[in-house]
Amino acid sequence: MDLTPVDRRLLDEIQGGLPLVHRPYATIGKRIGLGETEVVARLQAMMESGVIKRLGVVVRHHELGYRANAMTVWDIADEKVQEVAARLLRNPAVTLCYRRPRRLPDWPYNLFCMIHGRHREEVLAQIEALKESCDLKDCRHAVLFSKRRFKQCGAHYPLAARTPAPRLESAHAAHG
Amino acid sequence: MGAPEKSVQSTTVTPLDRRLLGEFQRAIPLSSTPFADMAAALGVDERAVLARLTRFQADGIVSRVGPVLAPNRVGASLLAAMAIPVAELESVAEVISALSEVNHNYEREHAFNLWFVVTGRDGDHVQEVLTRIETRTGYTVLRLPMLESFHIDLGFDLTWT
Repeated sequence: MDLTPVDRRLLDEIQGGLPLVHRPYATIGKRIGLGETEVVARLQAMMESGVIKRLGVVVRHHELGYRANAMTVWDIADEKVQEVAARLLRNPAVTLCYRRPRRLPDWPYNLFCMIHGRHREEVLAQIEALKESCDLKDCRHAVLFSKRRFKQCGAHYPLAARTPAPRLESAHAAHG
Repeated sequence: MGAPEKSVQSTTVTPLDRRLLGEFQRAIPLSSTPFADMAAALGVDERAVLARLTRFQADGIVSRVGPVLAPNRVGASLLAAMAIPVAELESVAEVISALSEVNHNYEREHAFNLWFVVTGRDGDHVQEVLTRIETRTGYTVLRLPMLESFHIDLGFDLTWT
């Protein structure tokens, strides 16, 4: 689906978050000159086409007490990546799983997954369990715990041609 | 801007909060009154839902009630990493965090110790930002575009222990 300028305007208006009011879609519509019904219909269409992956309460794990997060990276034979990814994702501690390019010689890893837990030991135990259940004991891998968070904000795409909408906050996540 | 954020843990998360946060991560109703509908599903008053969400946003537990956009469907984004000597890490991180195209800038435990995501209007915009970072810091950037995603991000299971 190609986004119309009106869709882009709408996304730009809501990407920072809906107003927490009784009729948020009506409020958004008023700001950009659309009726409530049309706002809802356009959002529905963008969800169906997959431009919007979800529209919901976006929770920040760290603040909820899930403080340890490890990006775990594996060097998997290319033809086995899909199979291994499917097995990794059976474990609920694995929240995201992506294939990315190796950058040899510095970076030999091609499968990335994110593992969240309340503390380091919990995450490490999950990784041990994954090695066992996914037959990865001899697989070259690295565990990259996060240390300091310098910046975390929602991907804010410059969508509308004019000046970007003001940011509501300085923080959230979704890996591209 | 370059200083690490402090996390706020002043809000106690009640069982009702866990339902509010857990059950509506994937979707809130696309009705004209989503918060009233959520309140009805939870058996509470709409004002209670709005008050909790406002509080969670203020505390940073909730970043927003809104959309998660599919990567690279509107605009472009790329995961990038750099290997920075420890003594320079903070100052380099500050330069990178200051760019409006950068989100998610983390230190990680590895020789590649600085990880961030760059977003832009399109691929060219993203590459232009990466080149600017390399010029400004004097270090090369490892470019790690997503080639395949194996999971539709459905939100985080808050009930697992």
